[in-house]
Amino acid sequence: MKLFLNGEEREISGVANVADLVTSLGLDARKVAIELNLEIVPRSIYSATSLVEGDRLEIVTFIGGG
Amino acid sequence: MTTSVSPESAAAVEDTWTVAGRTFRSRLIVGTGKYKDYATNAAAAQAAGAEIVTVAVRRVNLTDPSQPLLVDYVKPTEFTFLPNTAGCFTGEEAVRTLRLAREAGGWDLVKLEVLSDPKTLYPDMEETLRSLKLLVSEGFQVMVYCSDDPVYARKLEEAGAVAIMPLGAPIGSGLGIQNRVNMRIIIENAKVPVLVDAGVGTASDAAIGMELGCDAILMNSAIAEAKDPIRMARAMKHAVIAGREAYLAGRMPKRLYADPSSPLGGLI
Repeated sequence: MKLFLNGEEREISGVANVADLVTSLGLDARKVAIELNLEIVPRSIYSATSLVEGDRLEIVTFIGGG
Repeated sequence: MTTSVSPESAAAVEDTWTVAGRTFRSRLIVGTGKYKDYATNAAAAQAAGAEIVTVAVRRVNLTDPSQPLLVDYVKPTEFTFLPNTAGCFTGEEAVRTLRLAREAGGWDLVKLEVLSDPKTLYPDMEETLRSLKLLVSEGFQVMVYCSDDPVYARKLEEAGAVAIMPLGAPIGSGLGIQNRVNMRIIIENAKVPVLVDAGVGTASDAAIGMELGCDAILMNSAIAEAKDPIRMARAMKHAVIAGREAYLAGRMPKRLYADPSSPLGGLI
């Protein structure tokens, strides 16, 4: 399935929902926030949020800043 | 009859400040940018005695998810995270960034900064005010980085800012507080906390800000860019306490000419 992750087109297989994606990317769900097609996806509904071809996701975390 | 005076004045016992219903003892907020690594960063924040740290929101490195994360060192259980909107130039970008921050951290106390040109990093006050209104309508508690303009400071407060944070000097400049008069006017007129945000270069700058009556100081570069950041963090902690104590103590009047400390009466 073709997804746009943080602005880059990626071919990801074997993921049906946001929770699968987080696992397949090797991320810790407690340390990131995700936006799907410009809408925030609350962590509590990652597994209930299906992904389809062409979805655009932003996956962010806290970094150092002033 | 001799009277006894305690060396502990009442003010020294418990001096706290409150922003958006949260009460803090430390009046020093530190940034988490520019450090050589997150471990130094965490040690500096601890040495500063900070309870609040500012953080930025950025894309996760998906090509190497094993890279160290800020939250593994500067822990949200140990510090209140104050997510900023650095890098946002419009209200819509700021709202989008802070919605993500709220989801990542689950809090709504945020720092709004809408900058203008990259050379001065001066806040774009027209866009800052517009962004503030958007964020307030979304339920955020917004601490606002702003110019040291008393008129805009008042407008921000009227629009619902929970703290006014004028720059002492441009971000990362280390020039110290350039306009003490404006800073004092803003403090006298505000009913919400006023913090010096940006421009502090060394300990005396922080003390001056506190002596002017600021509620707290926010700094990043002054600690992160010091040769020994942990020692500077400790210096800043003492400077903020010293400045606050001096402000509460009430300074002596300035005089043009000398006034002897030793009595002139009883001279031999």
